[in-house]
Amino acid sequence: MRLLATSALALFAATPVMAQEINALVWCDHTDPALLEPFTAATGITVNVKEYEGTAAGLAILEQSQPGDWDVMVIDGVDVGRAVDAGLLAELPADALPTADFFPEVVMAEQNGRDGKIYAVTEKFGYNTIAFDKTKVDPADMEDWAALTSGKYDGRIMIYDYYVPIMGLAAVGNGLATADLTVETLASLKDPLLALKAAAAQVGDVVSSQTALATGEVDIIVGGGEWLTAVLMADNPNLDWTIPKQGAVRWAQSIAVLQASANKDAALQFVQYIVSPEGQARLATSSCYWGMPANTKAGDVLTPEQKAVLRWDNQPEYLSRAQLYPVADAALDTAMQDLWTTVLQAE
Amino acid sequence: MKGERRLASLMLAPAVLWVLVFFVLPFAGMVALSFARLQGRTVEQGFYAENYARFWSDPAIFKGLIVSLEITATVTIISLLLAYPLAWIIAMRVPERWQRLALLLAVLPFWTSYVVRSYSWLLVLGQKGVINNALIGAGLIAEPLTLSASRTGTVIGFVHFFVMLLTLTIYANLRQLPPNYARAAADLGASRWQTFAHVILPLTLPGIITGAFLTFVLCIGDYITPQILGGGNELTLPQIIMMQMGRQGNFPMAAALSVVLMGTVILAYLACARWLRLDRI
Repeated sequence: MRLLATSALALFAATPVMAQEINALVWCDHTDPALLEPFTAATGITVNVKEYEGTAAGLAILEQSQPGDWDVMVIDGVDVGRAVDAGLLAELPADALPTADFFPEVVMAEQNGRDGKIYAVTEKFGYNTIAFDKTKVDPADMEDWAALTSGKYDGRIMIYDYYVPIMGLAAVGNGLATADLTVETLASLKDPLLALKAAAAQVGDVVSSQTALATGEVDIIVGGGEWLTAVLMADNPNLDWTIPKQGAVRWAQSIAVLQASANKDAALQFVQYIVSPEGQARLATSSCYWGMPANTKAGDVLTPEQKAVLRWDNQPEYLSRAQLYPVADAALDTAMQDLWTTVLQAE
Repeated sequence: MKGERRLASLMLAPAVLWVLVFFVLPFAGMVALSFARLQGRTVEQGFYAENYARFWSDPAIFKGLIVSLEITATVTIISLLLAYPLAWIIAMRVPERWQRLALLLAVLPFWTSYVVRSYSWLLVLGQKGVINNALIGAGLIAEPLTLSASRTGTVIGFVHFFVMLLTLTIYANLRQLPPNYARAAADLGASRWQTFAHVILPLTLPGIITGAFLTFVLCIGDYITPQILGGGNELTLPQIIMMQMGRQGNFPMAAALSVVLMGTVILAYLACARWLRLDRI
């Protein structure tokens, strides 16, 4: 009998408990253990993450994967419609999401939904604008886009290497609303972009931009904002950012559950965690980059210092002055990327 | 005789199979994909020449090949000019018992990660890097030189790597030369320079060409060094291929550009084939 009992116990111990896992296609801010571990500890659900950059790349990964490989996807808010059109996203239950607590401007029901159904929810937002070292440049100059190509700062500028916000900034800086950006109007941005490239010393990704600004290689980052300077401010309080008089562009990232997911309940649980005040505060201060939480209730969780860095109190003004990212269909996206290649190749 | 042939075929079979499965078939797949096209977000299979037409007609993309060729040619020439004297000194001047140590020191850079090594160069070449600080400190320049985030940075990063590769191929070739050749030339009245120009250099041409070809192949296909040290100021063909795949999801265009890159390497091989002696290294 004792032998039987011992054998049964051994068998139970050797049988693996079916731990639940979900696979998430994310941006780098979701890879922070400080964000993921509390969720796993509370629910027992492990989140396996894979980083990607650029919606086209994310959609290509989904296309090459087996249906069901991925459960959750973080995506540019303006690109949710493309994923919905491709039938990739599952409908989210409206009553399961605290969008009533969100900053109204970033609910983006039009972008995150279709025909009255919700397919994604905004989780984080911020601004692509001008970041700079205020001890090296005249902060008053940074209030005008024209200063960047005036010759005064030639060779001291770095351009963030992501075509969507830079095209948006070029549009805003030249009096074209991002909503009016089309394949036809895009041509008018070529000369301003080439002028900006001529004034720039470098074009680089997130890490290169942060490194260049922090080490003094350049003094201005076009496309920078709180997401770029926040993680550096503790070491270098001279770093600053502003929204010039012409305006800037507002980025917003959404999170969605994939239609082909076999773990939709667990995936929804993760989405709910991310948009909860606690999840939002952790995501806002992720080690990869900071950004404003969509949920205003995160303000109760963030420390006063963190809110100061995020410029919590300035959000009403900033939100009114920044335009949403250009919403690009496949044709406009291709045209923007072709123009971006031309700009990068220019002398 | 027949038995020997059969045995030789059997022994060759694994190599042939390997090349077939891991090179010929994937390459054929890539060529087939290069004739497909992207319609919206969907790859449409078929036989369309538009990716190749775009390569020729889009100046920004075609320039990628020109930039790649210019950088590769510069790197190959500079690496060769530095590697030959180094290989010569190790093979001819360093006592034989120290040669292994000298070679070990020469290949030390290979022991560190390629990416880490490229990022390290940023610290050396930056506006506030070691070189600029030293030159400004010595009063030789007033303003920092633009070394990183430029083609100069890319070339320096490449040369650091490929000098070692070329040194090895030339050293191996020099070591195979019987010392009697140089002595015979001297006996016949040749000066040191004449001996080098008419005896040593022609005999080490296979090592030079082999190293130069390997440098060409590795350099023209490299993405990391220009991406880290080039500062995004110009794009090489591999960087454009990465943009097509990573950002646009345009795999047919990326495949077409990869075929162009492969064609360039084949042309380089044909140009060097006469002197290429991989068995000599």
